[in-house]
Amino acid sequence: MRRVVVTGLGLVTPLGAEVETVWKNLLAGKSGAGPITRFDASDQKCRIACEVKPADHEYGFDPNKRVDHKVQRQVDPFIIFGIDAAGQAIEDAGLEDMPEAMRFRAGCSIGSGIGGLPGIESESLVLAAKGPSRVSPHFVHGRLINLISGQVSIKYGLMGPNHAVVTACSTGAHSIGDAARMIRDDDADIMLAGGAEGTICPIGIAGFAQARALSTSFNDDPTKASRPYDVARDGFVMGEGAGVVVLEEYEHAKARGAKIYAEVVGYGLSGDAYHVTAPHPEGSGAFRSMQMALKKAGMTPDDIDYVNAHGTSTPLGDELELGAVRRLFGDAINDVSMSSTKSAIGHLLGGAGAVETIFCILALRDQIVPPTLNLDNPSEGCVGVDLVPHTAKKRRVRAALNNSFGFGGTNASLVVKLVED
Amino acid sequence: MSDTADRVKKIVVEHLGVEADKVTEEASFIDDLGADSLDIVELVMAFEEEFGVEIPDDAAEKISTVQDAIKFIDENKG
Repeated sequence: MRRVVVTGLGLVTPLGAEVETVWKNLLAGKSGAGPITRFDASDQKCRIACEVKPADHEYGFDPNKRVDHKVQRQVDPFIIFGIDAAGQAIEDAGLEDMPEAMRFRAGCSIGSGIGGLPGIESESLVLAAKGPSRVSPHFVHGRLINLISGQVSIKYGLMGPNHAVVTACSTGAHSIGDAARMIRDDDADIMLAGGAEGTICPIGIAGFAQARALSTSFNDDPTKASRPYDVARDGFVMGEGAGVVVLEEYEHAKARGAKIYAEVVGYGLSGDAYHVTAPHPEGSGAFRSMQMALKKAGMTPDDIDYVNAHGTSTPLGDELELGAVRRLFGDAINDVSMSSTKSAIGHLLGGAGAVETIFCILALRDQIVPPTLNLDNPSEGCVGVDLVPHTAKKRRVRAALNNSFGFGGTNASLVVKLVED
Repeated sequence: MSDTADRVKKIVVEHLGVEADKVTEEASFIDDLGADSLDIVELVMAFEEEFGVEIPDDAAEKISTVQDAIKFIDENKG
């Protein structure tokens, strides 16, 4: 069977716009949260977010590095984040100058949970105020979810599969899992895979706040708001950014002497078939998703040393996921570390699964697991498991599991491990 | 250089992300400045907003250089 490995990484997050910077800040326990600066949020219930920082910030994002000026003017932030993260991953993998034959076998699977919400909002206001003849000719293709894959394929000449997943907060994990299958099934040798989101805009914050999904009790203390598993948690903090990996067929990567980070060995998917926003009360979808990923990997729970949890800091979700992990792992729960990096970077929605899979890969590389910030008092259902409170922890990490669950009851789990010949 | 020409060139520089010295009056939007057909639709909208003129589709189709735009605007603005 064709094996799939990771040979390049790219990140744009609230803790930095370059992989090593993000990882250093994450391990140092920094928080990317702050008051919303993107727009006047004074009339919102939630007035905080984890924003990608501007170019002049210590770890800010400069869109001019990899995204053409004209493209920047035409597209929504999620596409800009996605193009940059994909570019980082391509450079990291040493694939900037692929010959044509290689590019026929290289594709994109970079999705988003929501897509161009800020642009839909602003152009709708233009439509209402000035009429249809003032709507931008770039309105549609500047907002469409598959336009990261589209833009990246045009920029780098990638003529293989061009795909984009839309499964809310499971998008990033599904994108990587689906792309890995395309390589396994011989549709491609190389896939740019990941997810992006950029929905910090008035209607985005208002919509999630009205769905009672966002934290609203920490507007005056933003860095304390994302607190997965803690008794005081009251909702997630919106993040933004992108994560993209280069997936490559193992022999292909070896033949060109590529740096190989990890192997994608397991992918599980399931549906809750329960409720549009609430997770299944027994966490059955989460359980089956993880179980399938382990089965595909040919692993048992005691092979997994680190779980990067979905753990969004919502009152219901955190305990249900933890309960499902506990049931699946049995006694192996005593040896696993499980943390939620959403405590530091917020919830990147469609980008989350990809960004967090990259954190799993870096945990494998450096044999250290990132912390769950603000976990001062675990709630009743969250005790007896190493949730890596406050500080990163050096430990053995042979294989890691990432969970992503989305609205609509869509679940995805990925297992990555260090490569063995 | 006329006031119209200055304002037209400023819009072209901003929208197409090109160097100001490339935006000569003879420059073709598509051949010299890297625009595509949708960019021209957007430029025409920006000219309409800036100068308060209406540029009908059949007139817009004939605007292919910076000079074409300046001329149309000077002849039609109120």
